[in-house]
Amino acid sequence: MPSYWIAVVVGSIAVYSWKLLGYVLPKRVANNREVVTFAGKLTVALLAALTAVQTFVAGHALVVDSRLAALAVAAVLYWRKVPFIGAVAIAAAVAALARHFLGWS
Amino acid sequence: MSIGVGLATGLYGISFGALSAASGLTIWQTQVLSLFMFSGGSQFAIIGVLGASGPAGIIPAVISAWLLGIRNGFYALRLNSVLSLTGVIKALAAQLTIDESNAVSASQDDERSSKLGFWLTGASVFVFWNGFTFLGAVLGSQLGDPSVWGLDAAAAAAFLGLVWPRLKNLQNNLIAVLAVAFTLALVPLLPSGIPVIVAAPVAVAIIYALKRTNLKRFLEVHHDA
Repeated sequence: MPSYWIAVVVGSIAVYSWKLLGYVLPKRVANNREVVTFAGKLTVALLAALTAVQTFVAGHALVVDSRLAALAVAAVLYWRKVPFIGAVAIAAAVAALARHFLGWS
Repeated sequence: MSIGVGLATGLYGISFGALSAASGLTIWQTQVLSLFMFSGGSQFAIIGVLGASGPAGIIPAVISAWLLGIRNGFYALRLNSVLSLTGVIKALAAQLTIDESNAVSASQDDERSSKLGFWLTGASVFVFWNGFTFLGAVLGSQLGDPSVWGLDAAAAAAFLGLVWPRLKNLQNNLIAVLAVAFTLALVPLLPSGIPVIVAAPVAVAIIYALKRTNLKRFLEVHHDA
């Protein structure tokens, strides 16, 4: 979609700005542990929130569908230390099969 | 080690490329993200929000990606002392500053291998990530309806895979649970894409506030004793 170019360009600059900022700030900032752990915690919160949206949200509604089954399978696979790419592919297959053979939404 | 990490990380560029195409981005838009944004979490976030919200989600998509990019800034702070660079090389190092290059560099014992680890890992992840992104985007754009192939579920599994290694202590787990609960509660109330960028900082703030009160109570108890 052409309007997505704005998101792609502005988003890329925004993400790069953090990387560059770290190289131009005075070095003493690097030793502030509070700040470093805060960044780690915010990352956890954002990724967890995005997982929830991708699993349960359809438009403005919360729904339970094949995605939840796929996510449960992925969780077991990560727990069993299956690599990322394998777990993602199997999760996709679970949802595709549940839709095709079981008629789940 | 660096090239192994590069290949392993680069491989899931396939899933990024395919999901990006499924989210409605063109092959070129997808490729520009891998070349210039070059940070897996932020890239998955921007395409995830765009895929779920459409053009109305452009602003929250950018903010989600931006917030997820903060951690690279902290890697950069650390690496700046290790690499001691100037000028254009610094700008190039900034682009290669990601989870993997920082982790490999941080796990080396001496300064020389720490520098080498950063550059080799950053460069090999960049090459493989971009190559596999292209492959994934081409494949993804051939697939038609993404939900038939379970690609929407793959996006959920991808975010779970990114957060999984970080769920290693009680505090992080609590933050994750709160972030999920707040996000889902806000979904029916707020415009698409906004719940994530509101709920995540609130979840972190609450845990910090709880920590502070507990610490104060702890100190008071010990003061009385």
